[in-house]
Amino acid sequence: MRGRKAINALVLTLSTVSAVIGLIFLFWILWTLASKGFDAISSKIFIYDTAPPGREESGLRNAIVGQLILVGVASGIGIPLGILAGTYLSEYGKNSKFANFIRDISDIMMSAPSIVIGAFVYAVLVAPVGHFNGWAGSAALAIMMIPIVLRTTDDMLNLVPTQLREAAYALGAPKYKVILQIVYRGAKAGIITGVLLSIARIAGETAPLLFTSFNNNFFTTDLNEAMPSLTVTMFNFATSPYEDWIDLGWAAAFILGSFVLGVNIIGRAIVKKKKG
Amino acid sequence: MHKVVDKGFEALAKLSAFFVLIVLAAIFWVLFKEAEPAIETFGLEFLTNQKWAPNLEIFGGAPAIFGSIVSTFLAMIIATPIAIGIAIFLTEIAFEKLKTPIGTAIEMLAAIPSIIYGMWGLFYFAPLMREWFGGNGLGLLTAAIVLSIMILPFMAAITRDSMNTTPHILKESAYALGATKWDVIKDVVIPYAKAGIIGSIILALGRAIGETMAVTFVMGNVHRIPKELTDPATSIPVTLANEFTEADSDLYYSSLFYLALILFVISFIVIAIAKFYFLKKSRSAK
Amino acid sequence: MVKRVALTAIATATFTLSLQAERISGAGASFPAPLYYDWAYDYHKATGKEVNYQSIGSGGGIKQVGSRIVDFGASDKPLKPKKLDKKRLYQFPAVIGSIVVVYNIPGIGDAELRLENKDIADIFMGKIRYWDDKAIAQDNPHLKLPHEKITVIHRSDGSGTTFNFSYFLSNVSEDWRNEIGVGKALSWPTGIGAKGNEGISNLLKQTPYSIGYVEYAYKKRNSFSAATIQTKNGKWVKPAEENFIAAAKYASWDPNKHFYQILALQPGDNSYPIVAATFILLPREKNETNKKVTAFFDWAFKNGDESAQRLGYIPLPQSTKDMIRAYWKKHNIDPSN
Repeated sequence: MRGRKAINALVLTLSTVSAVIGLIFLFWILWTLASKGFDAISSKIFIYDTAPPGREESGLRNAIVGQLILVGVASGIGIPLGILAGTYLSEYGKNSKFANFIRDISDIMMSAPSIVIGAFVYAVLVAPVGHFNGWAGSAALAIMMIPIVLRTTDDMLNLVPTQLREAAYALGAPKYKVILQIVYRGAKAGIITGVLLSIARIAGETAPLLFTSFNNNFFTTDLNEAMPSLTVTMFNFATSPYEDWIDLGWAAAFILGSFVLGVNIIGRAIVKKKKG
Repeated sequence: MHKVVDKGFEALAKLSAFFVLIVLAAIFWVLFKEAEPAIETFGLEFLTNQKWAPNLEIFGGAPAIFGSIVSTFLAMIIATPIAIGIAIFLTEIAFEKLKTPIGTAIEMLAAIPSIIYGMWGLFYFAPLMREWFGGNGLGLLTAAIVLSIMILPFMAAITRDSMNTTPHILKESAYALGATKWDVIKDVVIPYAKAGIIGSIILALGRAIGETMAVTFVMGNVHRIPKELTDPATSIPVTLANEFTEADSDLYYSSLFYLALILFVISFIVIAIAKFYFLKKSRSAK
Repeated sequence: MVKRVALTAIATATFTLSLQAERISGAGASFPAPLYYDWAYDYHKATGKEVNYQSIGSGGGIKQVGSRIVDFGASDKPLKPKKLDKKRLYQFPAVIGSIVVVYNIPGIGDAELRLENKDIADIFMGKIRYWDDKAIAQDNPHLKLPHEKITVIHRSDGSGTTFNFSYFLSNVSEDWRNEIGVGKALSWPTGIGAKGNEGISNLLKQTPYSIGYVEYAYKKRNSFSAATIQTKNGKWVKPAEENFIAAAKYASWDPNKHFYQILALQPGDNSYPIVAATFILLPREKNETNKKVTAFFDWAFKNGDESAQRLGYIPLPQSTKDMIRAYWKKHNIDPSN
């Protein structure tokens, strides 16, 4: 009996200690990000573009805008496709073999190495086109986004009670109308959260952009050109020897981290509000 | 009219679902096509050849494959107990009031972009490693530890979710019989959630093996199989990140795609095992 | 909501498409990257034209211009005329730089450490492993060398700097020639890898008792210590600008060979042995964009010498610039055309 108690105490202590250790490391990283990032943030960052090391007028404007465009366009492609595909699985395919097969495949795609997707997109959308371009970067991000949106949509639509659909059918509504007006409405909060989380996920990706949207030292909104992004800028600046670039790298990390966390918090708040 | 729209909508939705399949097939096909010259030249010897000398047109994938597998394996060894510890802490030990905030915090940490872990590793953690273990601070072990910290929140969160599937009534009855918390964890929670826990861990493994940015800063970037844990190494994603844009000979370019194909196949298999073997139950439960 | 944002982004993107400045893209060598960044920045200020240069290594420059992904490539490894014909590229030099052997040994300052050329090869091969090795100590009787392991930092990407450095080592060390050879990317027996001159500098700063090789501009800007090494004839030579210039004087350019030339190991008592020109590669069929590229370099040749000197590069002499302009004219890619 005593032994049991002792083991119990030991295991509980070990669990608590490991939790504390894990949390310490994680908060250490978060603290680094916050303090380094906060120090480096200034209004200059939003006014000026990336510049050679040592210049006064140096910022991240081009990278921030580029990142927004890349993620925005990826979302424009990925969200509708993901939602439609998820709708198919939940409303049409249901438990059919094909639907389950697609579910399995998108689970695999969800965890596919992002750098491999970058290499794939390089071969398909950069090499044949003849220059690095923003479209390719967005496409790579969209490929990562679709399975996430697909799976959440599928799950969320499944939660909508069948009676709702049946009631609408009974009134003679065609299926697409039922889906668009009844089912989507019922699952709205869940889908929006899923979409937001998927945006947060792809916004932090660097590897798929290295060979696709590449980088640009200038401000551009042209998706046919190489396009700067916060992540690739972070990679280049953090591995450089220049103090001012490294600081800008931390500032970029801070902006990106805040964006990702912010989107996450909004996403969670939506679900909570719905539940409450 | 409604009928046409109805059919159209269904077709559109089905096409979108098909798209996922097409993309996956296209990735496989393109990787294979681009890798073909290297596959024809080196065959399976590529997997065991340790020499990577682009100036001599010799390409062996062994160091990168070794680095990928070993760094992931080490990261799993470090992260798994801690993640399970956190999960136990969150499900069985923490006060009710702490469960949600800490749980949410961990989920949020899982969302932090991996490149930030890499930057932290380079500037803050590598110098410490140099002090603790000697060497130059960059290498296999540093990469494995940064990797383990990066996957920790993800792994802890999904492990906790698996543990949370244990019905309350089972736990309550065990406690009523005089079981300690450890008894409940050992005899009720873990047996009940075993498949889910293992599945979660393998899923985390799948994420770790394809990770680029958390490790490329700290791995040391050399095509050598390390003799010691503190020696520098490389992995498949790191090699791709470093060399993909500059492989100026066809064979070099193709060899990188060969590596990409290997990585894709490995992660495909890992995820398939996790999903179809261990996580089946949790899916049908939905 | 999200969709609306995305759609707005797309709309903005398409809308601004028509309001674009003239733009060219280049990629490659990190050796001249600080200078190209500076030139591009000032060129943009002066003319409003954008030159997006990305430092990805010379291998990347050759690869991406070869695949016609960028408008110009940059490489410090010159391509031979035959290779240029095969890849359908033009080639001309842009500026001259020097590779210095940099070290981070607390207490030992710039140019204080003397390294025999063949010892450099041995260090980078892992044959000399400690800083107080006899081979190093006998040349440095006045220094207190620490008994610390040497951490070699080399390039992990395809690099023209590595090409010139390994060309130099192959000529001063038979072991190096037989075991490692010459190339942009090598099979390194020791050390850690870093991407670009930038990456080597970044790691060198952070790693005590390390050694690396970078273009002089990186040394100058980061105030690294660089070793005194030997001329072709074995005389000690400091890593100083006058010694780089002394070596660069021996350059003799031939436009008919597309300026192919390796500048390492020139004769003369003051000639620093690892000096290299860095080159621009242009796709032969793209006449119109080539003119935009040559316009940029024409501007840089006229207005950029001061930047080059400030950073630590050696501008090309006027006669060479004229030769390059004639080369552009001959191939119908000169900017005034």
